[in-house]
Amino acid sequence: MADIVAGIATSHVPAIGAALDNGKAGTPYWRPLFDGYKPSQDYLKALNPDVVILVYNDHASAFSLEIIPTFALGCAAEFAPADEGWGPRPVPIVQGHPELAWHIAQSVILDEFDLTIVNKMDVDHGLTVPLSLLFGQVKEWPCPVIPLAVNVVQYPPPTGHRCYMLGKALRRAVQSCDKDLKVVIFGTGGMSHQLQGPRAGLINPDFDRAFLDNLTADPQKLAAMPHIDYLREAGSEGIELVMWLIMRGALDDAVREVRRFYHVPASNTAVGHIILENRG
Amino acid sequence: MTEKPYHDIPGTIVFDAEQSRRGYHLNMFCMSLMKDANRKAFKTDEAGYLDRFALTPAQRKVLLARDWNGMLAEGGNIYFTSKLAATDGLSFQQIAAIMTGSSQEDYAAMMLAGGRPIAGNRSKKENGDG
Repeated sequence: MADIVAGIATSHVPAIGAALDNGKAGTPYWRPLFDGYKPSQDYLKALNPDVVILVYNDHASAFSLEIIPTFALGCAAEFAPADEGWGPRPVPIVQGHPELAWHIAQSVILDEFDLTIVNKMDVDHGLTVPLSLLFGQVKEWPCPVIPLAVNVVQYPPPTGHRCYMLGKALRRAVQSCDKDLKVVIFGTGGMSHQLQGPRAGLINPDFDRAFLDNLTADPQKLAAMPHIDYLREAGSEGIELVMWLIMRGALDDAVREVRRFYHVPASNTAVGHIILENRG
Repeated sequence: MTEKPYHDIPGTIVFDAEQSRRGYHLNMFCMSLMKDANRKAFKTDEAGYLDRFALTPAQRKVLLARDWNGMLAEGGNIYFTSKLAATDGLSFQQIAAIMTGSSQEDYAAMMLAGGRPIAGNRSKKENGDG
């Protein structure tokens, strides 16, 4: 039986990708950040997942304002890195897992989560930066990836509760697949940051630490948090954190925190990272 | 403008339905700059290129003046306006500094020191200017 065995959350700041791609990872500014992910790369290598479901948001790359899907599941065989204005990142093409992706789409739609099915989609830094952070600079990504794009650009994004419940539906969907697949789910974005207006540069480490604590211990409390609290406390772009609740919902109610890492700043953003495992 | 709870957050424009309707063409202009040929055409004749989009006079003005906060007020979204910044060769952090009224050095130093604190930045009421 297929199952989701672990969840990984991480920020997906574009400047992290640019630092890696331009050979700046060893500089004093960036080194502490990349060092923070090394043990996680070792963990993931040892875990050796068959598939990653990667929850992220597109930043006006694949989706403009013409079509704004709240939840879009990538069912294609492959996804090319997007040209975000400076040419595509020099990272491998992302191989999908159409069989499992379509199985998930059918299952969750019948489970009353009306996803958009996407058969052609370029993937931007929101998806490729987490892959780089967790798999390093590689010639090929070590496993297929199923992208799940969530709208957090056009307000309102889905509620935290909806995200949490979608995570639970994803788990049921994966468990109903009769292939023997070990799946890891990533929730990405955040942590506190604001990129726009006179309040740009906002960082709220107290909010971020409480969010990390509750992600493990009391996800229901986080799922009940209204959007205004994210906007006010974590910044207008900190609302990306609702995506972490999809990851959390896809795990057991009781989880073990394997490790966490928190670092300020990466460009305009607080970087947070956590690995959770089902206790079972 | 219908009053919403997030209007109380200082220095912040939430890209909601109202802003999205106002800024559709402005944002779609920015989106067009994803293509190199369009970037070149815009650079060659900025005002002429803007004629291709159904922009209001106020939107044309803030775009041509590179008034980054003005673009947000006119319905721009930061992930779209940052494409205009990229066309100008500016990074995300550079336009963030401009929007906050700081030099890039001061802004970068603030981020290195832990960023803009939440205390005093939660609400306009808290600050006595709401």
